[in-house]
Amino acid sequence: MFELPSGAEIQGIIASLKASVGFFIPEIYLSVLFMLLILIDLVAKGRKNNLLSITTLLGLAGSIFFIYQQHSMPPGEFFFGMYVLDEFALFFKYFFVLSGILAVIVTMADEQFDREVKSMGEYYALIVAMVIGMIMMASSADLLMIFLSMELVSFTAYILTGYFKRNSRSSEAALKYLVYGAVSSGLMVYGFSLIFGLTAQTNLIKISTELATHGYDPLLMILLTLLILAGFGYKIGAVPFHFWSPDVYEGAPTPITAYLSVASKAAGFALLMRFFYIAVPHGGQPYEDILGIDWRSLLIILSVASMIYGNVVALWQKNVKRLLAYSSIAHAGYLILGIIVMDKFGTQATLIYLLSYFLMNFGAFFVVILIANKTGSENLDDYRGLGKKMPLAGAALTVFLVSLVGLPPTVGFIGKLMIFSALLTKGSLYIWLALIGIMTSVISLYYYMLIPLNMYLRESKQPDDTTFNPGMPAQILMVVLMVLTLYFGLFFTPLSDFAEYSSAMFGIVLQ
Amino acid sequence: MEQLTTIGLNHYLTISAILLSLGLFAVMTRKNAIVVLMGVELILNAANINFLAFSKYNGGMEGVMFALFVIVIAAAEAAIALAIVINIFKIFKSVDVSSIDSMKE
Repeated sequence: MFELPSGAEIQGIIASLKASVGFFIPEIYLSVLFMLLILIDLVAKGRKNNLLSITTLLGLAGSIFFIYQQHSMPPGEFFFGMYVLDEFALFFKYFFVLSGILAVIVTMADEQFDREVKSMGEYYALIVAMVIGMIMMASSADLLMIFLSMELVSFTAYILTGYFKRNSRSSEAALKYLVYGAVSSGLMVYGFSLIFGLTAQTNLIKISTELATHGYDPLLMILLTLLILAGFGYKIGAVPFHFWSPDVYEGAPTPITAYLSVASKAAGFALLMRFFYIAVPHGGQPYEDILGIDWRSLLIILSVASMIYGNVVALWQKNVKRLLAYSSIAHAGYLILGIIVMDKFGTQATLIYLLSYFLMNFGAFFVVILIANKTGSENLDDYRGLGKKMPLAGAALTVFLVSLVGLPPTVGFIGKLMIFSALLTKGSLYIWLALIGIMTSVISLYYYMLIPLNMYLRESKQPDDTTFNPGMPAQILMVVLMVLTLYFGLFFTPLSDFAEYSSAMFGIVLQ
Repeated sequence: MEQLTTIGLNHYLTISAILLSLGLFAVMTRKNAIVVLMGVELILNAANINFLAFSKYNGGMEGVMFALFVIVIAAAEAAIALAIVINIFKIFKSVDVSSIDSMKE
């Protein structure tokens, strides 16, 4: 049935592979770093000397150099259309490497690791593997590559979530993450198989032309969009694919919670945008659909449900990590708003929101870790009186929470402003969506402000005057994140310029 | 009658849809973590049948390649899943998904 390729064809394939490797240097570099970390762990056991963490930090920082070099390369696809290099992918490469660096720093500050595990072993190597996986997610242009990179991220995330082997909450979180992840990725692959049957292609751009020229059965299209959304929605943690996220965020080691909630979610959004913008970009085009439903209407439902559910359920939470988990569901809803606009401005707004979310969420989780180091608890009641004991941490956490609400003068305000103005440029069509977004932000004000309320206005049950000092490096990182949150809230031109530059996607057919 | 006697694409698709439903049924109703994971394997194999059938009737190797990778990923997933389930059994003395629920409010 299939003929063997001739010698000349094989020569051509090898030449094409050789040419493609030049565009793949950051990923190769990071893979080498991954193997190097495993080797170092074998040679030098233990975490006391910080060798592993320092190597990871330097290695990840070094990869920024290789990513920077890629700016001069022309956007295009390589490895037979498996992989693309464009400004959009470059944005996410920086994003994931920076979040990997922050995850490592936050881990070094977390004292829970000293109590729970004897050696850090493969922990840092897995963080690097996850960076590689997420970079591939943001750059893949083929169904096969999407599936493989998503599974790479998922597998490393399962292991990292269950990293505290003797801790029951961490293990339970890993099991839940695994079960939900396996089912949703299975459904996604089934969706991929249907789309492959529909078009006989696996490359996103070819799928798009195939769908445009030959048309398709709208009912089947809705079915497979739902199946594929199960996979993507699980990664971004949107309702109704969110069931894992509160338990996983509460049970996982806090640095991993921060890492998952920022980086893994952003990777899901990169994939969501690339897949739907390139492969099925027909939202609102003149063709017959069942009840006029397309992927955009499905995303609208997801977004509204996430904003309402996340913000309302967060009102009752007593555990700060769980509260932030529900808030991250709500933020997934706001981020989807930027995608359904479906133009360059919408992409730009989503990228700005992701950047702001990066700063404020990592900051919030970092302060939660510092507080848990001292009090050993993440319960809201144990935050009473902390504003006096840890003045700097209290101030920083307040800034991050104000930013998560989306109030000026913080970067969170800029993110929300961009998303809502992108919605309103489409005229009156999406006003009600913007209204829901604004009203749910008002709801979120209540539960976010419970934390500063407890910290400043309520006395702790055992009043004492001891002040906690989290140590110099931790304080510096906290102040840097806080200052950046405030600075970009006032001078956001660099952010918006960078996001506008990055909104160029290879093979896109949007206006 | 012609439809029933010659095996065509629809037969494969029907089998795969049945497998998908069985897998989803197992995932939703069973409480044992191992059985849930077996349901996931059914879902993945349903997708494999689809890929191979479409590849056979469309021509081209992409579907076969995809199915190979899905098999590899399923094996890796099983390895990680069993490691996590064994750890769960050590801690909770049970692999019942519904009883491992200490974090709900």
